[in-house]
Amino acid sequence: MVVQIENTRNMEKLNAHIPDGPLALKWTKYKASVKLVNPANKRKIDIIVVGTGVAGAAAASTLGELGYNVKTFSYHDTPRRAHSVASQGGINAAKNYRNDGDSVYRLFIDMIKGGDYRAREANVYRAAEVSNQVIDHFTALGVPFARDYGGTLNTRSFGGVQVSRTFYAKGQTGQQCLLASYASLNRQIKNGTVTMYPYREMLDLVVIDGRARGIIARNMISGEIERHSAHAVVLATGGYGTIFYLSTLAVNSNATAAWKSYKKGAFFANPSFVQIHPTSIPQMNEFQAKLTLMSESLRNDGRIWVPKEKGDKRPPNDIPENERDYYLERRYPAFGNLVPRDIASRAAKERCDAGYGVGPAGLSVYLDFRDALAKQGKKAIEEKYGNLFDMYKTITGTDPYTEPMRIYPAGHYTMGGLWVDYELMTTIPGLYAIGEANFADHGANRLGASSLMQIAADGYFILPVTINNYLAGQIKVPSIPVEGREFDEAEKSVKERLEKLVSIGGKQSATSFHKRLGKIMWDYCGMSRNEKGLLKALDLVKNLREEFWKDLRVPGSLKELNQELEKAARIADFLELADLLIADALFRKESCGAHFREEYQTADGETLRNDAEYTCVAAWEYAGEGKAPILHREELKFEEVEMKVRSYK
Amino acid sequence: MNLTLKIWRQKDAKSKGKFVTYKMADVSPEMSFLEMLDALNKKLVESGGDPVAFEHDCREGICGTCGMYINGHPHGPVPAVTTCMLSMRYFSDGDTITVEPWRAKPFPVIRDLIVDRSAMDKIQVAGGYISVNTGAAPDANSILVPKKNAEEAFDAAACIGCGACVAACKNASAMLFVSARISQYALLPQGRLEAKERVRAMVEKMDELGFGNCSNTGACEAECPKQVKLVNIARLNREYYKAY
Repeated sequence: MVVQIENTRNMEKLNAHIPDGPLALKWTKYKASVKLVNPANKRKIDIIVVGTGVAGAAAASTLGELGYNVKTFSYHDTPRRAHSVASQGGINAAKNYRNDGDSVYRLFIDMIKGGDYRAREANVYRAAEVSNQVIDHFTALGVPFARDYGGTLNTRSFGGVQVSRTFYAKGQTGQQCLLASYASLNRQIKNGTVTMYPYREMLDLVVIDGRARGIIARNMISGEIERHSAHAVVLATGGYGTIFYLSTLAVNSNATAAWKSYKKGAFFANPSFVQIHPTSIPQMNEFQAKLTLMSESLRNDGRIWVPKEKGDKRPPNDIPENERDYYLERRYPAFGNLVPRDIASRAAKERCDAGYGVGPAGLSVYLDFRDALAKQGKKAIEEKYGNLFDMYKTITGTDPYTEPMRIYPAGHYTMGGLWVDYELMTTIPGLYAIGEANFADHGANRLGASSLMQIAADGYFILPVTINNYLAGQIKVPSIPVEGREFDEAEKSVKERLEKLVSIGGKQSATSFHKRLGKIMWDYCGMSRNEKGLLKALDLVKNLREEFWKDLRVPGSLKELNQELEKAARIADFLELADLLIADALFRKESCGAHFREEYQTADGETLRNDAEYTCVAAWEYAGEGKAPILHREELKFEEVEMKVRSYK
Repeated sequence: MNLTLKIWRQKDAKSKGKFVTYKMADVSPEMSFLEMLDALNKKLVESGGDPVAFEHDCREGICGTCGMYINGHPHGPVPAVTTCMLSMRYFSDGDTITVEPWRAKPFPVIRDLIVDRSAMDKIQVAGGYISVNTGAAPDANSILVPKKNAEEAFDAAACIGCGACVAACKNASAMLFVSARISQYALLPQGRLEAKERVRAMVEKMDELGFGNCSNTGACEAECPKQVKLVNIARLNREYYKAY
């Protein structure tokens, strides 16, 4: 596919269906006026939820509680494996239990500013508003959040904010939130409102008369291709950060469900907005399968530094205080080590590129707990970060209680995703996207601990309200049969593609292609981008895609458990998605949040936004095989917030 | 380093399995155990062979997907790590390493090193939850939990559901796994209301699915990658006793 950016057309304004009225009342008014479905009719309506992380499990269980017939799908053996499990540091809420000046409004402002003014005001305000209900609900479900001695909930600070609003369960907050959502899902499975299909991978969306009506899934144990129908389909399929091969994501995370939906007509928004997390353990060997995150919460007490001298090879503890450059504290005195992730990542890259990096390849910086340990004692640090310190030691063999950690940025979270309106519906009627799979709330950069907040808000409190507005019009539609032409065609195309993958008969494994794609994307479409590099990446990806379809080897057949086939099918989609990421990065001739175009920076190397031309969402429409995607702009209006230069100095 | 791997290969639940020997050269001590298997699979795929099937996902020890018997220990000989976090620096040049799937009657082999652990979900479905509908929760700080209880509940809730405890137990008992959930909720006021129904339902399901009784040998605790403590089983027994 050739991408011709100059040919993109501003076809029509996307309608985000944002309710009228003052910002603070939009959600309240919406809830009061949304159409409802009566309990007797709910029982006749089927909903498919794909993905069972926090967002999917929350949505499925809540829809089940409401009385709908829900079918959930996961490619894991059990919902509890989903990658929400790996979210470490915490979950934000505007409770203001600390009395430190927090409020829904302040959380909203922090997210808008953190996202560098590229998110929708109404969506972000709603996420902030719902955050308090999320904490209440998780607590009621038995999440063992950290407590103070009086029995009340404890909080900690996170990057990009000046209040302490992050609730946490050691460094395993995501695990505990996922297990709570899994428990609420299990309760509905027992009640018979939800049917769980494990070991199923969604390989296509079925659209009938313009509406999402079902999915084609592969049973990963038997290899059988299955048809499942419903009145509406909800995608909670996560992000696509594994396009970089090495990322903080789980190895099986993939873009396939979202990508197939894009090819069936759902617009893909801001695909190039990918967050690079500043604190991951650096790569250690060529077979490495992932980069392990060290929670951002560590930056509360850890100080980031490199030697002042280029190429200083002394062990860190031998470098005296006055020869250390605490570059974040130096450059950003107001926020210091707690600047947002995009800024911390670029600052680390800048030091390493300039030759000050540490470690064998010079591609890492120190995260040092010496001062915090001296001041607070080992016990206090252990209580807050014990499991993270242990994990670091297990992986690297170095003890962070006695020697600083080495960290480097890694691909982490995709702010981009399927375009959705205020109701979380994509451009295909009846198809919804929630959690990381959509694009809506984080703009060009996500603040720490707002991921769990948003995915739980979407799944528990937003989608189960908004979906009624659509389903109210579906009550007269009988159960959708799976025998129709659209199901036949979708199944046929899935089978043909899989058969093609196993019949290439080349020499290289799927993973070897994935690694090469990841390197291209990291080098040219990662932390920093420029037009020349992006155009080069387009060529490189095109060549790699051609090589993939000539020289791939997938052993085994379709009709069995075949992990190489699973991988190959996902990588085939990544090889297509890569073009769209690059196209989007080329389109956006500005730097904002995590998207850093080298041509657009200030004299001191900070992002330079172009609000006049790019205060918009770039939503891409699939135009057909080999054709350039069509760009639709959703102009963002800031009525509440004054757009400023984001400053953490 | 150079290693000899003896890996259990089995096409499906019905086929008979056997050990197959593979030679691995140039294994870096910085690899994880699964990265070493990735390297083996790459070699197998690119030389026309059939790769070893094993499950894995997060590769940072939290999702509970991976798990295999390595030299007679679930998740290998190093305490408190999952297979994905087991570093090859614990092995030496010339070692022979034996790799098997979890062996337990309620965990039939699906293929090679993959076993069916759906029985664990069935126990959770039977009662591993607190019955609160979305929207019904009171303000979070209206439920006070002593710090110590919250911490103990957390330590129990750290269970990742990998199944190592079942595989380690000579009775294939799931007591540690079940007790982790029971303990988490028993220690929190939110969970007390349904404590009796929960413990009865989960224990009944556990027995029904063919898991054995607690052997009192503590192998589960010794092998648990998340160091879930045996004291949780004592709490499970107490809760169970109180429920009748």
